Order: sequence, then C-alpha cells, then structure tokens
Amino acid sequence: MLSRVADSIYWTGRYIERAENYARFIDVNFNLMLDLPPSMKEQWEPLISATGDRDLFISRYKNFDRVSAIHFLAFDLENPNSMFSCISNARENSRMVREKITKESWEKLNELYLFMKEGAEKEVWKLDDPRSFINDVKYGIQLLYGISDNSVARTDGWHYLRLGQYLERADKTSRILDVKYHILLPSVQEVGSTIDILHWMALLKSVSGFNIYRQVYGSIEPKSIVEFLVLNKYFPRSIYFSLTEAEECLHRLTNSNGRGFKNTSEKRLGSLCSKLEYYDVNDVIDIGLHEFLDDLQLKINHISDAIHANFFTIGDSLTFQKQLQ
Amino acid sequence: MKPLSETYIVNGHYDEMMAKKGQCRDHYCPFNEVLDSIPSGKLAELQQATDRAQVAMGMTFNVYHDNKGIEKILPLDIIPRIISGKEWSLVEQGLKQRIHALNLFIQDVYNKQKIIKDGIVPKEMIYSSGNYLKPLEDWTPPQGIWCHISGSDLVRDNDGTFYVLEDNLRCPSGVSYLLENREILKRVYPNLFTSLGVRHVSDYPSKLLRMLQYLSGKDQPVVGLLTPGVFNSAYFEHSYLAQLMGIELVVGQDLVTNNDKLYMKTTQGLHQVDVLYRRIDDTFLDPLTFNPDSMLGAHGLFNAYRKGNLALANAPGTGIADDKAVYAYVPRIIKYYLDEKPILSNVKTYICAEEEDRKYVLEHIDELVIKETNAAGGYGMLIGPKSTKEEHEKFKKLIVANPRNYIAQPTLSLSTVPTLVNGVIEPRHVDLRPFILYGEEIEVHPGALTRVALKKGSLVVNSSQGGGSKDTWVLYN
Repeated sequence: MLSRVADSIYWTGRYIERAENYARFIDVNFNLMLDLPPSMKEQWEPLISATGDRDLFISRYKNFDRVSAIHFLAFDLENPNSMFSCISNARENSRMVREKITKESWEKLNELYLFMKEGAEKEVWKLDDPRSFINDVKYGIQLLYGISDNSVARTDGWHYLRLGQYLERADKTSRILDVKYHILLPSVQEVGSTIDILHWMALLKSVSGFNIYRQVYGSIEPKSIVEFLVLNKYFPRSIYFSLTEAEECLHRLTNSNGRGFKNTSEKRLGSLCSKLEYYDVNDVIDIGLHEFLDDLQLKINHISDAIHANFFTIGDSLTFQKQLQ
Repeated sequence: MKPLSETYIVNGHYDEMMAKKGQCRDHYCPFNEVLDSIPSGKLAELQQATDRAQVAMGMTFNVYHDNKGIEKILPLDIIPRIISGKEWSLVEQGLKQRIHALNLFIQDVYNKQKIIKDGIVPKEMIYSSGNYLKPLEDWTPPQGIWCHISGSDLVRDNDGTFYVLEDNLRCPSGVSYLLENREILKRVYPNLFTSLGVRHVSDYPSKLLRMLQYLSGKDQPVVGLLTPGVFNSAYFEHSYLAQLMGIELVVGQDLVTNNDKLYMKTTQGLHQVDVLYRRIDDTFLDPLTFNPDSMLGAHGLFNAYRKGNLALANAPGTGIADDKAVYAYVPRIIKYYLDEKPILSNVKTYICAEEEDRKYVLEHIDELVIKETNAAGGYGMLIGPKSTKEEHEKFKKLIVANPRNYIAQPTLSLSTVPTLVNGVIEPRHVDLRPFILYGEEIEVHPGALTRVALKKGSLVVNSSQGGGSKDTWVLYN
C-alpha cells in the first residue's frame, strides 16, 4: 500500500474516533449539568481541560459557558480537534484515498460532513438542548463503522484504519476519565456523596459502559470504575482493550506472530500493553490516576510517532539511501 | 401533464427529439410516452432527487483551489439524449477512422515526417506548435500507440449532420460523469433501459484497464493513475476511475525513479510501476525533461519511458494532433494515410497563419467564431455574431499580432434536446463527447457525455461556464 495512502487512512481512523468521542464528551457533560443541585454552576472548564486544548479555548472565548464550550468542541473550525474539524479532515483524507474506501463509506462520510455543515449554518450550539444533533452525529459515525465492518476487506487498509481508531480511543477514554479529576466538588465532604456517584455514573454512560459495569461490579465504586475503564479485558472502550486491538493491527501489518517486536512501534506498544496486563487497579491508584493518565497519553503519542517513522515515511528513507549510493 | 408534442416549440435548430412541432422522432417515441405519463410535479421531484444524489456521491468539482472553496456539481438533467443505433454506427465508424489516421500522423511527425516531405502539412505548422515536443523525436511508443484515450467533441448542425469540433487527444475528462449519470438515471427510469434497448456503459473501466495492461510486456503489470492531486477540478474522476479499475491512484510525491525505472513508495518499500495512466499535462510529467518547476510529476520519469521501462497513456506529444490549426488538416491526413474519404465532417476552418485565410477572417469577423489554437474550456474565443464592434476590433488586432495563435470557423448551430428548466421543458443546445480507446483495437464506447448549455439560447456548454450534462442513451437499433 502507498505510504501516503496508509497515512491518510490511519488519520481517517483517528479523526472519526475523535469526533465520536467529542460527541460523547459533550453528551456526558450536558447530562451531568442537568443533575446538579441548584446552588452549583455548570462546569465546562473541566471538560475543556481534559481535551488538552484549554489554552486555545481561553484565547478564543471569554467564559467557560455552555454555548462557548459546545461551539468550541463541536463546531469551531479554528479548533483542530473539534467535531467539525475532525469530520472535515477525515473527509479530506478519505477524498485523497477515495479509491481505497468503499463507495458507501465515502457517501456516508460525505453526508455526515454536509450534516455537520448544516448544523454549523443553523448555529445548533445556541439551542437549549443540542443533544439530539450531537447524538445524530454519533450515530452517523457508528453507521460508518457498521458499513466498513461489513464491506471493507481485511487487508492493510483495514488494519491502518483500526490502528488509528483504537489508539485514538485509548487516548480519549483516558481523557474522559480525567474529566472526573478536573471536576470540582463543592467540598471534600462531597467525595462519595450523591453528586459524586452521579458524576461517575454519567461517565460510565458516556462510554456506553453503564449497564455492563453494573452487571460485572454491581455498586458504583470509583476504584472499580477506574479498573473497568483502564484494565478491563473485554469492554471494547477500555484502555487496555483498545491498546491490545491496536497491537493486533500492528502485528497484522508486519506479519509477526506477536512475540517480540519488528520495529519501534511494536516495541513501544507491546511494552505498554504488557505493563497494563500485569497491573491491578491499586498500581494505578498508587501512581495517582491523573499522573497515570498523563503518562499514558504521552506514551500513546510516542507510539504514533513511531508508526509514522516505521510505515509512512519508509519510502522516503529508501529514496534517501538510494541517493547516497 | 400536457403532452410534450403540444407544448414543446422547436426553435429552428435541429432538435434531437422533435422533428418539428408535434412530431417526435421514431427512436424517441417510447421515451416520449413515458415522459407524457409523468405528472409535472413528479418530474420536478425526480430532478431534485437527482441533484441530491449527486451531492451525496460527492460528484463535485472544485471551483477555487483550496478546501474552503466552492464545490459545485455538474447539474444532470433527467431528460436523456437518445441516439439511434443507425446514427451511432456512423459516429462509431467515423471516430475509428479519425483516431486511426491521427495516430499514424503523430507517429509520422515524430519520425520520418513523410507527410511534411510530401507537402500535405506545412513544416511550420508543426514546429510552431506549442504541442510539438522535441524530446519525442525518433520515438515509437509501446505497441505503436500514441492516443490511447480520446474524447472527441461532436456537434450537429441544422441539417442534422455531425461535425467533429475537437479531437481532445491529451487528457480528455468527463467519462466519470458518463458512468455516474447512467447510475443515477437507472434509478429515475428503472424500467426503461431494457424495453428501449439502451446499450450499457458500465464496462468502461474494465476496457480501460485491459488497454492499459496491454501496453506493458509483463504478464501482471502494475498500473497506476497519476493525478495532480485533490485540488484538481477532475480529481473526482481520477479517484473514481482508479477505484473502479482497482489500481493505485498516485501523486508526484509517491513516485521516485532509480536506474531508469519508476517506483512508488509503499509501506513495504519501493514497488515498480509498469504503466501510468497520467492525468497531468505533458510538460509537467518530468521536471528534468520538461517544465523544471513542475511539482506534479517525477524526476527521471521521462527517461524511464524512453528506456522502455514504463508505458504512458496517453503518450507525451500527442497534443500535436490536437492543435486547433492542425485540426484543419485532418481530412487531408485521413486521405493521406488511409486513402479514404472522411466519414465524419470537419468544420470548415480558416488558418489565420495563412495569408488568404487571414484576409477572409479579418473581413468576415462578424460571422465567424475565432479560437485560440492552444486554449481550452471555452476561454479565449470570440463568437462573431454575438459580439460588439469593439470586441471585433480587439480580436482583429490580436490576430494580426500573432496569427499562428488563431483559427476561425463559421458559427455552427448546435442541436437541441428537451431539457427541464425551472419545471418547464424547453430546447437547450448540446454537444456530444464520446470516448475512444485504442488498445489491441480501436473501440468507441457506446455512450457519451452530452453537455448542455442550460442558459437559454447559449451555445457554450463548458462546465466552467454554466453548462450541465445529460445521460446519453445509445440504442441497439
């Protein structure tokens, strides 16, 4: 597969997953705010902080109010990570490799872009309740996943798409979890209070994990939730699950049997996966949840850098060697 | 809805559907019955559904060169242009003859130049053309074929005669619209295609791929399509064709040469490319041989071609037969190489570089269409009868200053086809662009892009200037 094409597909995977997660972010925060006692103000700042774009937000908006936050996260084209930016980028990337993705996938992605554009024109972020629009985007993305699951051949293109998607998901689940760290409770006494529990429940719902969590763990315990979202081996949005899926894609791409590594990306991702495999939740808590998540996000960035070097610029380095000869 | 035969007024031009008011041509009659049975509101609905389908498919071309630019669709009118089997066979034979002769002409011009030595085409005509490429001299391309893919523009005059207006031997575009238009109209008229006996067009990509593979000596050659990139107005077509053929769509940055072989950069290292269907202009192919500023091609690509390690379609240099001044000689070219009478007519063409013709042109500028020999897309032309005195004077000066750059032709009338405009069916002018593939044999694809000037009375069908398109139905009978 052409390096440029692989690169575009990988980023299409990342952008689409990012857009979906931002839709989930907005939904969960919106729901959280509805459950707040009347004395408390809405909190959008924690969410913005968790996305890592706090500085950009401050440079563009006066207050962390709902309208600004939703505009920033969903529609702002000046925010390179907003849903609209991600969907536009995914569309531009797919357009460049349009011949590699199925006709249906392209048409749905194009429709999603047009839908997002229409939403921007109608200024959806000013609505009292923009959730149905945001949810429609989320479903649109899931439709895309459904289409590709049933129509894309399991060749290199598929593995690059999923590699991007799962690395992105691991990163975003870590950020959703981090939102909880940033949210301020009225006082220390509120830890473990009804509001605290409500927050944790909203968080689980945002990753569609509430019901499955209930079945596995029963009661809402912060520690169990962290275990569930970070280390669970079966839940498809947990960090561990996402990273091992990504690892599987890498092995397919290098034709390796999963023992050891053939390049830096496999080495980095493989060691991260095995570390998590032998962690229990107390290890995470000992490090500190926020510190652990921060470090994890950094490691994922390093893995992505290695993927670029190992797969997308390989032809360039060969050219270079040939010129030296 | 009132029958079309009662409401439709033929405006004095040849109409493809109505011979005269109230009299439908035979091959259009079954369609006419269907059309009359559709309520007018329903027709507008079908048209809207068609517009939406085009946007959803992303069948757009970029008007401005950035991604915030406007993406436009080439509007598809839902009333088809229908051509009877008998008429088509004339077009088919005529185009085969023409392409055959033009290919022999290009081969001769870059090699023995017999046609020049025999005094049929003047030497200056060739050497003064910007489309003549010196690096191609003494060269015979793989299989001796230069013009693999052509998309000739034809029009019909008042008496119904087809004329070839341009041969388009370089990188003709539009075939994706031909294919997609058919897919859309199949949804609009699901029952008509079989009952009318419309010839199918969907095998174009397979034929194109077979032709491209034929150019390589290898059993399983690697074929790529070279595009200028996503901002090119025809990008949709490039990716569409690459997808349907299952070949790599490459841009210049994907390519690299080594030891006179062309490679593409893949995740597994370098892979050799054997055949390139290139959709960039000749002079952008290789900065070493042609335009040194080109970022679109690849360094050393031309050497790989000349060494026989790469086949290119179309061959560089074919533009010489596509020059608007050389066009005037095509009937003589056909006679010279094939000793046959041209089956399709050429439009009478005055060559401003020739004194006698120039004199005539300057005196009759108000009756003629003046064209630049190297311009395309309906730009750089003057339609005499529709222009002001000032414009006439301006062009006279241009012609005198640089006669080689201009030709003139009598104003042709373009035939009309009923077209749905704002809910009413009215005649609009059309042209016809069939596509011809030259591989093991010459094949004319049984369909065409019909471009339609949507503005009332307009004769300019170009997409960049308010044109639309129609699906073209070629009948078996």
